[in-house]
Amino acid sequence: MTNQKGRFGIHGGQYIPETLMNAVIELEEAYDHYKDDPEFNRELTELLNEYAGRPSRLYYAEKMTKDLGGAKIYLKREDLNHTGAHKINNVLGQALLAKKMGKTRLIAETGAGQHGVATATAAALMGMECVVFMGEEDTIRQALNVYRMRLLGAEVIPVKTGTATLKDAVSEAMREWTSRISDTHYCLGSVMGPHPFPTIVRDFQAVISKEIKEQLLAKEGRLPDAVLACVGGGSNAIGSFYHFIEDAGVRLIGCEAAGRGIDTFETAATVNTGSVGIFHGMKSYFCQDKYGQIAPVYSISAGLDYPGVGPEHAYLHDLGRAEYVPVTDDEAVDAFEYLARTEGIIPAIESAHAVAYALKLAPVMDKEQIIVITISGRGDKDCAAIARYRGEDIYE
Amino acid sequence: MSNISKAFENGKAFIAFLTCGDPDLATTGAAVRAAVENGADLIELGIPFSDPTAEGPVIQGANLRALKGGVTTDKIFDFVRELRRDVKVPLVFMTYANVVFSYGAEKFLSTCRKIGMDGLILPDVPFEEKEEFLPLCRKYGIDLISLIAPTSEGRIARIASEAEGFLYIVSSLGVTGARSEIKTDLNSIVSVARQNTKIPCAIGFGISTPGQAGEMAKLADGVIVGSAIVKLLEQYGKDAPGHVGEYVKAMKEGMRK
Repeated sequence: MTNQKGRFGIHGGQYIPETLMNAVIELEEAYDHYKDDPEFNRELTELLNEYAGRPSRLYYAEKMTKDLGGAKIYLKREDLNHTGAHKINNVLGQALLAKKMGKTRLIAETGAGQHGVATATAAALMGMECVVFMGEEDTIRQALNVYRMRLLGAEVIPVKTGTATLKDAVSEAMREWTSRISDTHYCLGSVMGPHPFPTIVRDFQAVISKEIKEQLLAKEGRLPDAVLACVGGGSNAIGSFYHFIEDAGVRLIGCEAAGRGIDTFETAATVNTGSVGIFHGMKSYFCQDKYGQIAPVYSISAGLDYPGVGPEHAYLHDLGRAEYVPVTDDEAVDAFEYLARTEGIIPAIESAHAVAYALKLAPVMDKEQIIVITISGRGDKDCAAIARYRGEDIYE
Repeated sequence: MSNISKAFENGKAFIAFLTCGDPDLATTGAAVRAAVENGADLIELGIPFSDPTAEGPVIQGANLRALKGGVTTDKIFDFVRELRRDVKVPLVFMTYANVVFSYGAEKFLSTCRKIGMDGLILPDVPFEEKEEFLPLCRKYGIDLISLIAPTSEGRIARIASEAEGFLYIVSSLGVTGARSEIKTDLNSIVSVARQNTKIPCAIGFGISTPGQAGEMAKLADGVIVGSAIVKLLEQYGKDAPGHVGEYVKAMKEGMRK
């Protein structure tokens, strides 16, 4: 019988070096203590509301709804949070927890740079030291976010190993954590890694679905028919799904980055193309070869360019409770431009993957039905890359 | 009694780590034989993994070079079959959980037995997760080696009391790689371990010089060296085996002092 702690069906677990075991046990104990502590929750709620700007809006996208001619579309505006993405929800929670644990230094991995910016922000706010690991490839794709992190006082370390993207940034942050544990908290950015991270990050992101439920009940008096969110590691998606998991009538749809297509090797659609494996502390689905070597994945989106998926998503997939659909670069870029023109909202290229699937889904649904798309972040950071994708160099 | 105990029968054991297939399997084989001829008592054979999260830059580099060279788990099994014709010292594989899991743990471990492996080290499988592989390791007579770290503290007794083969004591925080100084209070870690197990204790991580090997040999039953050997492979490529032999000889001498 395998260890049941931190399991989601067969997935999850704690596959990490012995050196880190006491650190994750200490983290779990601290989290169990503080998660129901009224003072901790009062402080966190105040940070989320006064500093990050919660609750985020649930916006009725009327023009998009009329244009597509099907289901009524609401956008959950996580892009309006301070720092421009959902990442701040988790980071404020973890930074506050780390501070209560007496840690003075935060380390983090980042892909698109959103989680790195959020961590650097929380570190600045709370007077903590901050080091962010970012794949060298991503520091080029997301140069603006590198500058933001440095402006916020963080040290950004470009990771040159492997594919020099998010997976390598996670590996390097884990290596750093094994070398310096006593004063350092690893502020993991997604619902992945060893237990208790998938649970902690989910709980801090679950505020998204809690608000969607309350806001939609107030506006429409009913639950949505479908909730759509993009999935890399899966933190905005699990946050968007969590309070609807028990509501069987709500379709939960995770939109994976298919890159150049799931029939090519240039894809990051883990659930659609991967198999069960053990990596980065967890059992879950991974893009890998038959010998278990992790595949060099690809997506236009630095934030979804990861060869694994959080263990709770793997479980929701196994159960058939959530659906995971592939969305290509082309479809995501079209949706990025569509939302900008139609609603005057420039979404993160990550979030554009969810918008892209909605463009297919909404027209085939009834007008009485409702879908909610989580816009996990804003797209300013992506403008240069999208321009390049369209053959234009805006830095010229 | 485990075959691994034989490595510790002639005084302090020197355990050498090599990444299979760096730069190619023929060189790995020659380097293993050179190490054994010069006194290595046990060989750790690394099966490369694309993302070795417990390794420092030296062994990471070896993993990637080996994979680039086209080595696979199946080719390594064939290599060991050939190696076992003349190499008699205990052999253990060192790799990551996903390599064993993806091959099919039962198929992996039954093959290990067939080709004459004695143990398995998985640095990303801690005490809490060992049930994933332990029952199959027992079924096929392969010792699943347990690791103890400088941060293990209250966990040492529990880990040691259930350990098999030898106990791998990690000398320092962080990843593999040479260190100029080892500051951990290894004496007290080894002493708690010894109160809880009769199997030999070997210290690894950061050891590269004969002087360090000598110091560690005073504390424990064996010394494990990886990065310093892998570095010779990186530096000399196909010409490395002779250098590996000389290095092992110097380390063994250091341990006798």
